[in-house]
Amino acid sequence: MSETSLNTPPHSKWLDIWQQFRSHKGAMLGMAVFVLITLMVILGPILWDLDPSKIDIRAKNQGPSWAHPMGTDQLGRDTFAAVLQGGRVSLLVGVVAMLLSLFLGALIGVLAGFFKRLDGPLMRLTDLFLALPLLPLLLVIIMLWRDTLRAAFGAETGIFLLIVFIIGITSWMQTARIVRGDVLALKEREFVLAARSVGTSNRMMILRHILPNVMSPIMVSATLGIANAIITESALSFLGLGFPSDFPTWGRLLFDGTNYMTLTPWRVLWPGLAISLTVLSVNYIGDGLRDALDPRLRR
Amino acid sequence: MFNYTLRRLIFTVPVLLFISFIIFLLLDLAPNDPTGNLPMTIPPEVREKIRVSLGLGEPIHIRYLLWCKQFFINEPLNILEQVTGWTIGDGERLRVRSWSTRSPVVDLIVERLPQTLWVVGLSYVVGILIAVPIGVLSAYRQYSWFDQIGTFISMIGFSVPTFFTGVLMIVVFSVGLGWFPSIYDTTHEVTNWESFIYQLRQMAMPVFVLALYTAAQISRFMRASMLDNLNQDYVRTARAKGLTEKTVVLVHVLRNSLIPVVTVIALGVPQVFGGAIITEQVFKVNGLGQLLITGIQGADIPLVQTLTFIFAVLIVLFNLVADILYGLLDPRVRYE
Amino acid sequence: MKLTSGLLGAAALAASTGTAALAERGSDGHLNILYWQAVSIMNPFLSGGTKDVHAASMVIEPLARYDDGGQLIPWLVTEIPTVENGGISADLMSITWKITPGLKWSDESDFTADDVAFTAGYCMNPDGGCQQLTKFSDVDSVEALDPLTVKVNFSKPKPFPYGPFVGMESPVIQKAQFENCVGANAPNCTAENFAPHGTGPFRVADFKANDVVSFEANPHYRDAAKPGFATVTFKGGGDAAAAARAVLETGEFDYAWNLQIDPVILAQMEAAGRGKVAAAFSNSVERLMVNLTNPSPDLADARSTLEGGPHPFLTDPAVRRALSVAIDRGTLAEVGYGFAGQPTCNVVTAPDYNMSTANDECLVQDVAKANQILDEAGWSRGADGVRSKDGVRLSILFQTSTNAVRQDTQALIKAWWEEIGVETELKNVDAAVFFGGDQSSPDTYQKFYADIEMYTNLFPGTDAETYMTNWTCGEIPNPSNNWLGFNMPRYCNPNYDALVTKLASTSGTETRGEIVKQLNDMLMQEGAMIPLINRGTTIGHANSLEGIRLNAWDSHLWNIADWTRAK
Repeated sequence: MSETSLNTPPHSKWLDIWQQFRSHKGAMLGMAVFVLITLMVILGPILWDLDPSKIDIRAKNQGPSWAHPMGTDQLGRDTFAAVLQGGRVSLLVGVVAMLLSLFLGALIGVLAGFFKRLDGPLMRLTDLFLALPLLPLLLVIIMLWRDTLRAAFGAETGIFLLIVFIIGITSWMQTARIVRGDVLALKEREFVLAARSVGTSNRMMILRHILPNVMSPIMVSATLGIANAIITESALSFLGLGFPSDFPTWGRLLFDGTNYMTLTPWRVLWPGLAISLTVLSVNYIGDGLRDALDPRLRR
Repeated sequence: MFNYTLRRLIFTVPVLLFISFIIFLLLDLAPNDPTGNLPMTIPPEVREKIRVSLGLGEPIHIRYLLWCKQFFINEPLNILEQVTGWTIGDGERLRVRSWSTRSPVVDLIVERLPQTLWVVGLSYVVGILIAVPIGVLSAYRQYSWFDQIGTFISMIGFSVPTFFTGVLMIVVFSVGLGWFPSIYDTTHEVTNWESFIYQLRQMAMPVFVLALYTAAQISRFMRASMLDNLNQDYVRTARAKGLTEKTVVLVHVLRNSLIPVVTVIALGVPQVFGGAIITEQVFKVNGLGQLLITGIQGADIPLVQTLTFIFAVLIVLFNLVADILYGLLDPRVRYE
Repeated sequence: MKLTSGLLGAAALAASTGTAALAERGSDGHLNILYWQAVSIMNPFLSGGTKDVHAASMVIEPLARYDDGGQLIPWLVTEIPTVENGGISADLMSITWKITPGLKWSDESDFTADDVAFTAGYCMNPDGGCQQLTKFSDVDSVEALDPLTVKVNFSKPKPFPYGPFVGMESPVIQKAQFENCVGANAPNCTAENFAPHGTGPFRVADFKANDVVSFEANPHYRDAAKPGFATVTFKGGGDAAAAARAVLETGEFDYAWNLQIDPVILAQMEAAGRGKVAAAFSNSVERLMVNLTNPSPDLADARSTLEGGPHPFLTDPAVRRALSVAIDRGTLAEVGYGFAGQPTCNVVTAPDYNMSTANDECLVQDVAKANQILDEAGWSRGADGVRSKDGVRLSILFQTSTNAVRQDTQALIKAWWEEIGVETELKNVDAAVFFGGDQSSPDTYQKFYADIEMYTNLFPGTDAETYMTNWTCGEIPNPSNNWLGFNMPRYCNPNYDALVTKLASTSGTETRGEIVKQLNDMLMQEGAMIPLINRGTTIGHANSLEGIRLNAWDSHLWNIADWTRAK
């Protein structure tokens, strides 16, 4: 049963997980795609050195060509450069905000499910956050903290931190509710009762027995979360709450391109594909990770 | 269980009051203004007078208490009067009025319910009905072709936002093929077969877009939870006992896998009421989502406060329903 | 006088019976109108939103209005009162309107001078929060002399007395219907506000707030042959691109309002052949406001106020001139507005008698000249290409509201300014916040915590007096007046203020026009703002819809009674 892991030293457990993960074909493929996308957005702008905000009005709304592999937008800016440059922000915002939201969600969910005393207060807090209207909340947060953060961390880092914070703080609730529901059922299972009877501390109990068993909903939330973060970021900049309008991100490219769908379809095709591929790869990585972390599947 | 439910219900009242106050504070702090969308030709002094006439000159606690009185006392009395035909008091009660339309907010909400339920509600039901079987089958046949295709479609479903899929559908099916209208007619009444068909045609695209999004999410949770349970010892035991595969999967495993799915579904029901802001905008459905977003953009505080508060009530209630369902699905879950 | 109006009335009647032989009321069936902002209320006194005012103009009407040429024309009256015909008193203290005899409200009661006087009292009530109060500024009283004569008395001489009851913002409402809706009661009259009785060609059949209005032809409309359409659906919602698609591509709707989208897309949609796009121009000018005060965050409360001191570099005329000359307005118009945009170097662009030609230097982009101006003024390029002088860098924070066309304009201007060694940071703010004027927000256009900001303003009708008052010293937004005021550049010049005072006491269209031109030239030459584009309003309509005379001076639907469907 799951007790086997108690006697094995920790480093070999991580090795186990890695080996399990490697044997998962989908996960490895997802990992490869994700690494490829990451490398492209990190190195891409160095190799393809066209400035994404360079305007060339004579070359507007062009189709794909050698000079512009993904065509140009309504001001003649190069879409390929914008996709590469935009990926940096989108990926970073997506991953960091997703991790923040997962961390908050899992933490609150586990605490609420595991400790009876905390359940009421934490779940009512969740209700409150679910009920707050998003748009006014964003306007207030931006009004209160944008200038302070800008002053403290500089324009771009400040806005980045703010965006990650906003997305994280407004999207953890679903994860928290799901994790709590699972924990409520888990803690009455035989193996948990057994572990408790041998005097396992609460901390150990949560880390060893509870968390590994709620990994699958957390992994699904991760996939949903990264898509949500990338799209929300574009909505923020549209409201004037995010990065300046001439700063490309995938979500923004997709939003701006929507009206040009019939004129220059490739403008929406590429950013849309980039987002979908990222989400798909994260999904498969999540699948593999969940399988690798499942004590029953690991032999 | 009954005691637990009762205790939770009683506790709900202060929680909701607290939430309503926080929302009110938030809306008051937000920097948008009811005169923000007026034409430039209206000068600042007149704008200030408009604000005062809306009651914005009063301090915040007075305005909050006024809203409480209007919403918790006057509106229920009004509904009671309408239902029973009695006259209570002088009948001259101040109702919660929207600032942009100057009409009672409750009437606006009632007017919006039909299209919201038809489009958003139906799409939610359709989404769930698609998602659960797909989730079950994908988990049962993990990494089969069916599972891979399902994964792919659901990833597209929630990584491509509705502002894009909606416009794409209009370009293809309204402009290109001419199958469906791109503008939802809220005055349309279903009286006969033909008008029913028209109703189906005008609902088709928004329902599809929303259902795809819902189904994509729920099927992922369903699949993950099923996978967790399929490897449990009790499944092996049940099979060993000679139960048919169908009984094992569809009765035992499914039931035990429903906890996260019930959570997600319960979280989504209030969202139905909250409307689908973007999809409603794209297809001009003008349901509750559109009402909310125009209210927020115009800083129509009474409207937004009332809508958000009803939304909060539903969230609290449906989370309670979910908690009770956990107990029914898994008798080991106890809340004493 | 009586005889004249009687004759005119008879003539009008004869004319209407003449057309009756040709057309019949309601013979063209149903009309679908789409405004991407939904109508909230049918009472323009309680909502000044353009979509509400336009929708209401189908039902309730003013005494006089502007036609598509910007000419004042009598609407419910027999003639436009002037000093010459005795309608305006010689001391300019009053104006007397003669109502056309025989007018009926949609409930068949008579339209009288009492209704007109009541309307004034309704809007001027201090508790009503009337949004069109400016229309009644300086009005002392409005009296009904007899059922067909109404006199407006002003508290001071009014050289331009065509404010009350003129134009779409100031229609007449029925006394009998709104009698109990005055003052604090105004918002509580839901039924009245949603379906006012009117003299116009249509009446409200069904009203769904913020969604759709159904109209039907008014059976008591003064012209028995009109309107051509029997019913109208007035739908709201979506965005400009979707509205254009519904008229030009799918043909679901006949008319769509305010199609401000990329002209390339609009042209592509028009090519589908179902409808046409049209534009009309008045005084809407997209302009850059130049902050003449210092917006530095270090100044805390004195930020962007006269007390905070002058702007570090925008007070230098050379810099402002270079910024203006470096902009290619033709390209801005072409990219953002298509045929609905004309480059301009003036803030007052119409009518002809107001229009100055003294500032046309900026119509042609000249980057070399801009560079030369800056070189001569001593602004030299640093290592990063940005110019500076005495430690002051030409670095600009440029803000505007969120809107696809505005963001494109920002990007283009940034690129041109880069060419002349000016660094630009772009910022866009949600329109509801930017124009909202909330005291606590740092992002409003009134606080102007930036160096340059861009938006459009205009004045209703053809008289620029109130508009020009915007740039007087007293109009400067600052903390002591709660940031209320329209003088965004914080421009303060006693000579300008004196000229505005002179305008307020001068009569005669041409003479007033001369003063407006002078005021315009002062603003331009002293660099308070940099005009960019004279913006037309764009609409789309189905090919089969006839009789539209697009009017930028009044409601787009001003002549909807004459609209017909091509057979």
